[in-house]
Amino acid sequence: MTRNHLFALPARVLHWTMAVLILAMLLIGAGMVSTTTARYPELLAWHRPIGIVILLLALIRVVVRLTHRPPPLPSDLPPLMAAGAKGSHYLFYGLMLAMPLIGWGMQSAGGYPVLLWKGAVLPPILAHEPLLYAWLRYAHGLLGYAFFLLILGHVGAALFHGLIRRDGVLESMTGAATPHLDEPSVVDPLPADPAFPPAYD
Amino acid sequence: MPPPGQTVARLGVIAVILVAAVLVFAWVAGFLSPGRISGGAVADVLEAANGKVYPGFRRAHAKGLCVAGRFEANGAGVALSRAALFPRGTVPVTGRFSTGGGNPLATDGRNVFHALGLRFALPGGEEWRMAIDHTPIFVVSNPADFVALQQASVPDPKTGKPDPARLKAFVTTHPETQAFLDYMKTAPLPSSFANGTYYSIDAFRFIDQAGTNRFVRWHFVPEAPFAALDKAKLDALPNDALFDEARTRIAKGPLTWRMVVTLANPGDRTDNATVRWTGPHREVEVGTLVLDRATTEAAGDCRDYNFDPLILPRGVAASDDPLLPARSAAYSASFRRRTIEGPHPDAISQEAGQ
Repeated sequence: MTRNHLFALPARVLHWTMAVLILAMLLIGAGMVSTTTARYPELLAWHRPIGIVILLLALIRVVVRLTHRPPPLPSDLPPLMAAGAKGSHYLFYGLMLAMPLIGWGMQSAGGYPVLLWKGAVLPPILAHEPLLYAWLRYAHGLLGYAFFLLILGHVGAALFHGLIRRDGVLESMTGAATPHLDEPSVVDPLPADPAFPPAYD
Repeated sequence: MPPPGQTVARLGVIAVILVAAVLVFAWVAGFLSPGRISGGAVADVLEAANGKVYPGFRRAHAKGLCVAGRFEANGAGVALSRAALFPRGTVPVTGRFSTGGGNPLATDGRNVFHALGLRFALPGGEEWRMAIDHTPIFVVSNPADFVALQQASVPDPKTGKPDPARLKAFVTTHPETQAFLDYMKTAPLPSSFANGTYYSIDAFRFIDQAGTNRFVRWHFVPEAPFAALDKAKLDALPNDALFDEARTRIAKGPLTWRMVVTLANPGDRTDNATVRWTGPHREVEVGTLVLDRATTEAAGDCRDYNFDPLILPRGVAASDDPLLPARSAAYSASFRRRTIEGPHPDAISQEAGQ
């Protein structure tokens, strides 16, 4: 049983903070390129500083990951699911770091001033090179969709752990106690299951 | 694992959550709103109205010439805006003269719309970019009308020309477009890029040190004496007449304009670029634009920039004019497309042997 195996508190705080920021960021990005209304410059003005905040948090998160051992996956997890869990987390770290850097880099290569906010301009991290801008901009959009799909898979898997397998993996990040018969958890709004705890416990 | 019946129900819950997330994303991204106009949709309709895509070129104002020089601020603008352009001093400027239309090879006599893109390089990496035109008003007041007008201008595949009936239908229901066309018909056409007045088109907001907001428009008044083109003989103009004239003229001496800021009166429309501010207005001359170098696009430093009118420094902000965000989004879409296509040889550079 994994009930005492939680992610470290800094890891959980970073996870949920970044979850909100990254979801907001993907929606801001997808929304701003869809419109020519005043929402376009408004969303764009939010997109850049949030991206830099995500980059900074992602760097902190790498340090936290390297200094705090995450709880082990359940030993009975099928190898394919375990591989998916591991692989998807590498993708998450990659995208969390790459997306802001690509954004910053593409604006630099496009010859744009990289505004954090009015009057606060970040230095360019790439030389003005239109073709490089073009491909980075293309990658930024494509990886944004990929990021959203990855999050869908992540949420699906987390809910599968929490609702179907009920192996404590979801709770290792929510920080909630592993659900019991007598204490329905906020993460488990469905009727308590008489078969719980599972046989492997 | 829960019993099979519950497992199905719980899988259903997971599916509902994921589908809901996809729907929210799709809604935000506009996939469920075919009527929403994106910057890309504006670029699409410009390409359609051009009759074809000219790879590597701007989707509008495709034909251009790079210029460079400086802005000499006289200090008077400081009372209106905290923008770093306005304290007395000199700021480097690069820019681009262009004619309207999406055909980079069009003859200058046919493209009667003159424009100037400017990049003011302010201290601390700040920039102020402008895309200003030689007309004080614009042809439509909002992006939906712009798209509809371009759609009405798409060449008929049979004749290769726009259907006059469709254009007429648009103009009939849009008196502001008729007013613009009347203006174009009656207003004399500058004979040179150098002797035209360039207008901000849209209203903007200036914010001063105290945080006071003022709605403004601005224009650049040429020092060169005005002369008009003979509109009856436009077709007879050599292909690159305007651009050649600008290169020749700037080689002889700098071109200068006085930048004049017009402050809105109470009741002036700030949300509609088809409406002029008439009657007496307070005007403040804030400095002089000096352009002393002209270079072809291939050799110059203007082609690979987006003269997005919403790249603004502290002290300047957008008004409530719906054209401004639309211009910003559409220029950005055009920039994405032409940069991925890569630069293509432009008419002026070819003529200049570059």
